[in-house]
Amino acid sequence: MSFDTPDDRRYLESHEWAHETDGVVRVGISDFAQDELGDVVFVELPDEGDALEQEGEFGVVESIKAVSDLYAPVSGEVVAVNDDLFDAPELVNDDPFGDGWMLEIDPDDTDELEDLLTADEYEDQIA
Amino acid sequence: MPLQTPPLRGLHDERGAKFTEFGGWDMPVEFDSIQTEHAAVRDDAGIFDVSHMGQIHVTGPDATELMQRLTSNDVSRLAVGDSQYAAITDEDGIIIDDTVVYRLPDEDEQPTYLFVPNAGTDESTHERWLSYRNEWDLEATVDNQTDEYAMFAVQGPNAPGLVEDITDESVTDLERFEAQYATIDDVECWTARTGYTGEDGFELIVPSTAAEKIWTAIDCQPCGLGARDTLRIEAGLLLAGQDFDHEDDPRTPYEAGIGFTVALETAFVGRDALAERDEAGVDERLVGFQLIDRGVPRHGYDITTTESRVIGTVTSGTMSPTLAQPIGLGYVPVEYAEPGTTLQVVVRGQSKKARVETIPFIDTA
Repeated sequence: MSFDTPDDRRYLESHEWAHETDGVVRVGISDFAQDELGDVVFVELPDEGDALEQEGEFGVVESIKAVSDLYAPVSGEVVAVNDDLFDAPELVNDDPFGDGWMLEIDPDDTDELEDLLTADEYEDQIA
Repeated sequence: MPLQTPPLRGLHDERGAKFTEFGGWDMPVEFDSIQTEHAAVRDDAGIFDVSHMGQIHVTGPDATELMQRLTSNDVSRLAVGDSQYAAITDEDGIIIDDTVVYRLPDEDEQPTYLFVPNAGTDESTHERWLSYRNEWDLEATVDNQTDEYAMFAVQGPNAPGLVEDITDESVTDLERFEAQYATIDDVECWTARTGYTGEDGFELIVPSTAAEKIWTAIDCQPCGLGARDTLRIEAGLLLAGQDFDHEDDPRTPYEAGIGFTVALETAFVGRDALAERDEAGVDERLVGFQLIDRGVPRHGYDITTTESRVIGTVTSGTMSPTLAQPIGLGYVPVEYAEPGTTLQVVVRGQSKKARVETIPFIDTA
C-alpha cells in the first residue's frame, strides 16, 4: 500500500506533518498515521494561546482501536485549533493533509522546521 | 512462541487485512474499516474468521456427565442440535472461561458434544477435561480438534439468507442456539444459529481443508476482530481475559452478569461456592455505562464516584459506531449499579462524567 506524503511540508518521526504559510505552521498527522490508526473517533487538542515545545505532547488522537499521543513539530504559540474535528474527527481519515488539520502554531523560530524529516526521508521511514 | 495462524491467513492478507495478535493467534483485525464492517453487520451482513476459537470434541457413555460436571449450565437439557452458553468455573466458582456447548448428533450411539473455548485456552481446557475425566473415572473421549476446523461467523439481518442460499438443507428454521450439519459445496458444516454480535446469523464450523471454498462462497463484507469487539460491546457480551480474567480480575458468573448460565440444580465444579454466593448476593456487578463528557473509555481506566473516589475499573470500552457515543463495561459496587447512576471515568487524568446504562446498549436479535 502506498501513502501520500506531499513534499510541500516536513514530518516528524511520530507521523505529524508541519506546513508553513506566511510564518504560521499548520500541523496534522500523515496519511500513513491515519491509516494505521483506523477510524478516528476522538481528538483532544490544546487551547488557543497555549505554548508548545518542539517534540512536546500537544494532544491525543484516538481511533476505535488505539490511542496515540500527538507531538509538536515546532515550538510556539497555538493560534488556531481545528474545531471541526470535535464533531467530525473522521476528517483526519478523509483528508489528513487538508481538512483534517489540527493546529496552527505561531513558531518561535521557523528554523526548527529544518530539524524535521523531508518528505523523502519520511517515506523511507514508513516504507 | 510463533503465532498460530488461521487457515486463510494468506487469503485475508491478499484481501488487504491488517492483523493483530490475539490469544496467541495472528488474526485479521480490520479488512476495510471498523466502522464500515460494524455497519455492515448491523444493517446487512458480515463474515468473520474466528478460527482462533477452540473446538473440543467429547463423546462416549459418560460424555454428558463429564460436560455437566465441568460447565455451569444444565447440559442434560440439550437435545441433539441444541446449544447453550456456559461458564467454566473453578472450585471457588470463579470463571476460568466462557463457552458455547453444542450437542452434536450421537456418534456410535453415544452422546456427543462440541464446545468452543476461547482463543489460546484450548490446550489448557483439553487438559482440564482429561484430568477430571481420569480423576472421576468417566468413560469419554476428549479430543482437541482446534487445528482441524476453521470457524466463520456470518452475522447481520441478511446473514441467514446468505447461509440459506448456499446450504443444501434449509437452515432458517433453526431457532437461536439451535444447530445442525448442513452441506455446503459437498462439505458438511456444523451450522449454528449463534453469534457474538447481537445480530441474527450463523456460526459455521468447517473442516480446515474446505475453509477457503466455504469462505469464498459467502459473499458479504469481511470483518475483523476490531468490529467483532465493537459489536459485542454494544451487545453487552463478555470478552474473556478482559471482562473477566481468572488471574487478574477473578469474577463469578453472578458478578459478570451471566448468572443465567449457572444451573445450581446440577453438580459441577464450583457449584457449592456459587450456591453460597447466590445466597449472599454480590458486592460488585458488571454494568454498562455511557460517557456523557467527551472521551473514549478504555480497558483499565478507573471508575470513580462523583466525589472522585475510585470504586471500579473499566473492563471494555469503545466509541460505539451504532450510537456514536462512548460506551463501556466495568465492575462497580452494587449500590452504584442502577441504570441512571452518575459516575466518572478517569481518562488520562481527567474525570469524565458517565451514566450507568442497561445492557445491551442496542436492541439485539
